[in-house]
Amino acid sequence: MSFIVDPLAFEFFRQGVVASLLVGALCGMLGVYIVLRRMSYIGHGLSHSVFGGAVIAYVAAINFYVGAGLWGFFSALLINAVARRRRIGADAAIGIITTASFAVGVALISKTRSFTRNFEAALFGNILGVTPLDLVVVAAVTIGVAAFILLFYKRLLFMTFDPEVAAIQGVEVGLTDSLFALAMAATIVASINVVGVTLIAATLVIPSTTARLLTDSFARMLVLSTVMGALAGLIGMYLSYWLDVSSGATIVLLEAAVFLAVFAATTVSRRRTSWADQRIPVLATDRPADDLG
Amino acid sequence: MTAVAQDRSVREAASGRALVRFSGVSCGYDSRAVLRDIDLTIEEGAFVGIVGPSGAGKTTLLRAIVGAVPRIEGSLMFDGRPVGRGGTPGVGWVPQLETVDWNFPATVAEVVLMGRWSDRRWQAWASREDRVAVDRLLDRLGIGGLGRRHIRELSGGQQQRVFLARAMIGDPRLLLLDEPTSGVDLKTRDDILHLLADLNGDGVTIVMTTHELNTVAAHLPWVVCVNGSIVAEGDPDDIFTSAVLGRTYGADLRVVRQDGIILVADAAPHRLRNALRHHHDGFEHAHHEHADGDHVHPAADDEHHDDAPPR
Repeated sequence: MSFIVDPLAFEFFRQGVVASLLVGALCGMLGVYIVLRRMSYIGHGLSHSVFGGAVIAYVAAINFYVGAGLWGFFSALLINAVARRRRIGADAAIGIITTASFAVGVALISKTRSFTRNFEAALFGNILGVTPLDLVVVAAVTIGVAAFILLFYKRLLFMTFDPEVAAIQGVEVGLTDSLFALAMAATIVASINVVGVTLIAATLVIPSTTARLLTDSFARMLVLSTVMGALAGLIGMYLSYWLDVSSGATIVLLEAAVFLAVFAATTVSRRRTSWADQRIPVLATDRPADDLG
Repeated sequence: MTAVAQDRSVREAASGRALVRFSGVSCGYDSRAVLRDIDLTIEEGAFVGIVGPSGAGKTTLLRAIVGAVPRIEGSLMFDGRPVGRGGTPGVGWVPQLETVDWNFPATVAEVVLMGRWSDRRWQAWASREDRVAVDRLLDRLGIGGLGRRHIRELSGGQQQRVFLARAMIGDPRLLLLDEPTSGVDLKTRDDILHLLADLNGDGVTIVMTTHELNTVAAHLPWVVCVNGSIVAEGDPDDIFTSAVLGRTYGADLRVVRQDGIILVADAAPHRLRNALRHHHDGFEHAHHEHADGDHVHPAADDEHHDDAPPR
């Protein structure tokens, strides 16, 4: 019991554990759409793009969340716009825009070396540095994204499964895509302090991919991924405290371990089913010869 | 009742009232016209097949009806109202099965409910009424009890019915199907066409694209031949001629009529076989030359052919 209760004596841990639980749930929830829309690379790229925005916000003395959030949102819209041009693939558009944006951040840091340390947290996550304002932002973004997913559930599902027919059947694809880009940018900005730029993509992709292995239903996948993300955030924080390892890395490693276990279990289960299916015709021919006519 | 007899009633079901009207429409992508000068009227209650070679604009014609293709000129009306961008209410769309992501985590019921997205659009979960409507429709389409199954687990015919159910659950007046019979076996194709005939009998106007001319000739009462523009339209009995199909496909096709059945075939069916046979003989000949060290032994070669097992 002391494993659970002792760390709660510290305020930084209480704030950190709530933040990581919310970020885990948030990334797990949004990650389902990112994975199914085959946008895993955009999650990775956008987090790097947001880093560039964060540095610019710092230099221009703008609020971090406003600067980084707007930068990430416009990067996502720009990626969508460039990717729509038939000659440029989405992967190339993501590579160009997000890497250039990240490079802006790196260039500004190298020009003014005095604030290099401040961005280590953004790169690798620093749960100890979660402030009450950070917590409010994470909670607000989680509620906002959850509300968006609930209210646009039918449209998002249709668009994710069959974007062309969804548009034909009247789904407001442009509006929903723009709101999704906003949700993605907000999620990444809110998650930066907990898991860091370099690890956000993993928290978006791993829980949803694990959930996909466990179910063939979209609704169940969404719930499973959200719950697994939240649990990984919660348990990962405790492990991070007791093992004295970086919080972001611990959460991601825990998620990866669960993925490996589920992958192994489902592979074995499928092989058993497949073996059983193959046995049926063999058994059928085991009948006595006179039964075969 | 045979399919042909059913078609007769289908033909009589067309009301004479225009549901879709193209007037001088040219449309395409990136300012390049895929279809030019389309004048076409689809009557309420009609059952129409669109045929033409690959790239002729068959799917573009369907997409134009729902406002998914930029129009360069002309006017297009659905039920007396101009078609705009952003979907056409009252139209159901059944996509080609080849375009479906079969690994997507979606049960049959989840896919069908997508077609009802605009009812209680802000509510994430399916209502009791939704679930009843899905069960009733699945029963009607002969796939009752499969609602909880993953779409990948079904047969080709059942999968086609799932997407038909998704299009039907919004009670459309017009059903557009993009090659519904491609990639399915003969029995499934026949089942799908009979199912469509039943739906048409219930008053749903149906327009489908297809590559299968003989299917169209045997089952559908009205056909539109397309190749960048409309080459001909009418009853297959009247318009399926070598001249019309030649203009549509740019190929030499023969139309055989016997006992009320129309059969479209390659006008020179042996040409390819003969060409392949020549090619094969040439290959065997070259192979022997190589094996014999460039020596030609006509007698031995002949002997080999005589002894060769029948193919």
